[in-house]
Amino acid sequence: MEFWRVPLDADTIQVSLGIVHILEDRCKGCGYCIEYCPKQALEFSANFNQKGYHPPVVIKPEECVNCHYCEIICPEFAIFSVESPQTTKPGQSETNHAI
Amino acid sequence: MKPAVLTGEYFMTGDVACAEGALAAGCRFFGGYPITPATEIAERMAIRLSHVDGCFIQMEDEIGAMASVLGASWGGMKSMTATSGPGFSLMMENIGLGICTETPCVVVNVQRGGPSTGLPTHGAQGDMMQARWGSHGHYEIIALAPSSPQEIFYLTITAFNLSEKYRLPVLIMTDEIIGHMSEKVIIPEAKSIKTVSRPKPKGRKDRFKPFAPGPNGVAPMPAAGEGYNLHITGLTHDEKGYPVMTVEAQTEMMARITEKIQRNLDDIIRTDSYLLEDAEIAVVSYGISARTSIAAVAEARKLGIKAGLLRLVTIWPFPEDQIRKLADRVKGFVTVEINLGQIHREVERCAGGKVPIFLVGHPGGTIIHPDSVVKMLMEAF
Amino acid sequence: MEEIPTPSKEQPHHPLDDLIRTDRIPHIWCPGCGIGTVFSACLAALKASGINLQKTVMVSGIGCSGRAAGYVKLDSFHTTHGRAIPFATGLKLANPELNIVVFSGDGDLFAIGGNHFIHAARRNMDITVICVNNLNYGMTGGQVAATTPYLAKSTTTPAGNPETPFNLPLMAYACGATYVARWTMLHIRDLTDSITEALCKKGFSFIEALSPCPVNYGRRNKQKPLDMLKLYQEKAIIKNDADPATLDIDFEKGIILGKFIDLDRPTFIENYDKIYRPSRLQENVPELNS
Repeated sequence: MEFWRVPLDADTIQVSLGIVHILEDRCKGCGYCIEYCPKQALEFSANFNQKGYHPPVVIKPEECVNCHYCEIICPEFAIFSVESPQTTKPGQSETNHAI
Repeated sequence: MKPAVLTGEYFMTGDVACAEGALAAGCRFFGGYPITPATEIAERMAIRLSHVDGCFIQMEDEIGAMASVLGASWGGMKSMTATSGPGFSLMMENIGLGICTETPCVVVNVQRGGPSTGLPTHGAQGDMMQARWGSHGHYEIIALAPSSPQEIFYLTITAFNLSEKYRLPVLIMTDEIIGHMSEKVIIPEAKSIKTVSRPKPKGRKDRFKPFAPGPNGVAPMPAAGEGYNLHITGLTHDEKGYPVMTVEAQTEMMARITEKIQRNLDDIIRTDSYLLEDAEIAVVSYGISARTSIAAVAEARKLGIKAGLLRLVTIWPFPEDQIRKLADRVKGFVTVEINLGQIHREVERCAGGKVPIFLVGHPGGTIIHPDSVVKMLMEAF
Repeated sequence: MEEIPTPSKEQPHHPLDDLIRTDRIPHIWCPGCGIGTVFSACLAALKASGINLQKTVMVSGIGCSGRAAGYVKLDSFHTTHGRAIPFATGLKLANPELNIVVFSGDGDLFAIGGNHFIHAARRNMDITVICVNNLNYGMTGGQVAATTPYLAKSTTTPAGNPETPFNLPLMAYACGATYVARWTMLHIRDLTDSITEALCKKGFSFIEALSPCPVNYGRRNKQKPLDMLKLYQEKAIIKNDADPATLDIDFEKGIILGKFIDLDRPTFIENYDKIYRPSRLQENVPELNS
């Protein structure tokens, strides 16, 4: 059982959702985006790209909070996220799930 | 505050006249490093550039000096440096970058005795082959050799004009004697001085290729900050400036940087002559040694020897045609230079074994006395 | 298994694509190399800084990091080994309007180019120097550098490095840099913020960015790409304003990161104008009064 400090206004916070785009053929398979995704939303794809690397694939699209960390750690300009038009409704945020 | 062109009559050293020539040509940046016997050029530029809204910087070494000159040229200024043998050696790396990236600028070498530290305060002409081949790889270069303070004034303007027109570093190969010699120098009115500036590109910026040759084999050149998103590299590159590591790209780039010179030899090569029309013996010389040779040719004529002088003003590209034509009609050549045979070999090559060639050389440290040239003219032929 | 949606035919555009020469991507950097990340942080900072990008120039030397100039869609110069700073000096002096970023590696900036770094910092030349420090010469296959840790292995120190590495922030500070920071390629947001700050700051700014070289350094020192990043994570001690003398890189004790120096002193050009080109300053007077 994990305990989290929950902000008092947690149920009013709108957590943004992100959509991850992957430019597969730019990827060289370093895996940094996969390792450092705070939501573990990515994993190596079973497929090879043109250069013979395994690019990442989004396994949990609903988990992406559009933090852009995959985008900024990627040395290859191969992955980025954009804000999803949808946002989680108050009371349905990830933080609440964890309680 | 004084104007860029100091119209008037002066008693000036070659070094100072060189600086004044540079200002008259439009030079507005000097990146230098002190070295005897070229320091006076830097000293003059340090104060004079401030009169004309230019910029002088004394860099940490000659490597940095040459790099700053290239940077300033891409910043849009006509730029130069001046040095002597040891500094010239250090500049070679970035002179190569200047050639590869087709960057206009002027490098003055006030030659002193070498190798190594050599004779800092005594003249020589021992860097002539270094001027031709000192940077690595194959390339074409332009080098000019003035024979007097007055001529260095004009040739510095010519050097800037050629560098802007053909987009490459142009070398002025003078020597300690010219550099430190004071003579009358007449600086003409500004309006009578013809200056050339690099052609600027026209048309769409996103389609511009910084290395696509124009009609005379040279591409127009924008400066940094003008919106062209230039990429300039010392790697072998295509017309766009992008690195390409192929034999084809190397062949094309080498053609661009060599043909722009080879196709324009008539425009680049300057020679001068004295009593050469009917000469039976051609004396070939340049720089301070050409003045020795004039005296020697005059003396030889008095002695009944039909000698004449071909004075090389442009040393590189080498005036091959002029030597070849002479080789068909003279009995022989004498080269006069303060080294142990550098341009001598070029004359020998171009004469192609048709006539004998003799060298009046000196390892450096002093000028060649006219008597030794006369002696050679008498004994050899 | 969930069906993977087929990607749309039109390739989506990365938010930094407008600053990259996309026709030259993929770049030459190896898988796991951090240069691309530092480069990406630099581009993000260029955008965030709000400076006029048409008047912004990137200058690089030689080496892996030196290739950055070839990928940025700005005026960019890939110069000779170690000479990016003096080239940048000439550019800046010829056109003081230009914002100049020198992006290069540790070998280029601090071994062959060390002298130029020292003097540009001393003069307070108004440029931003970003040094990707991967602790070795990557381009030539992993030789010892002026930044290689004591006892670390390289192809030219096969039994371990007998030399002591530079403390780069200390050197920058001692030479007169007016802005000095160090981050790793894992501390991307801090790194980007520092670069942004440095770009907006007058004077000589220096940012060291630690970055893994898994192929040449990591392989010989038993570090997989992620090991190096984990080391950055575990050993990082963020300590702004730390004494530069304490900033030796020691992976045992911890690596101190942060912004260490942020001060103001007149730049070379300001002093030069004051002494040699007072007319330039006079021209500015009406503007100041208006």
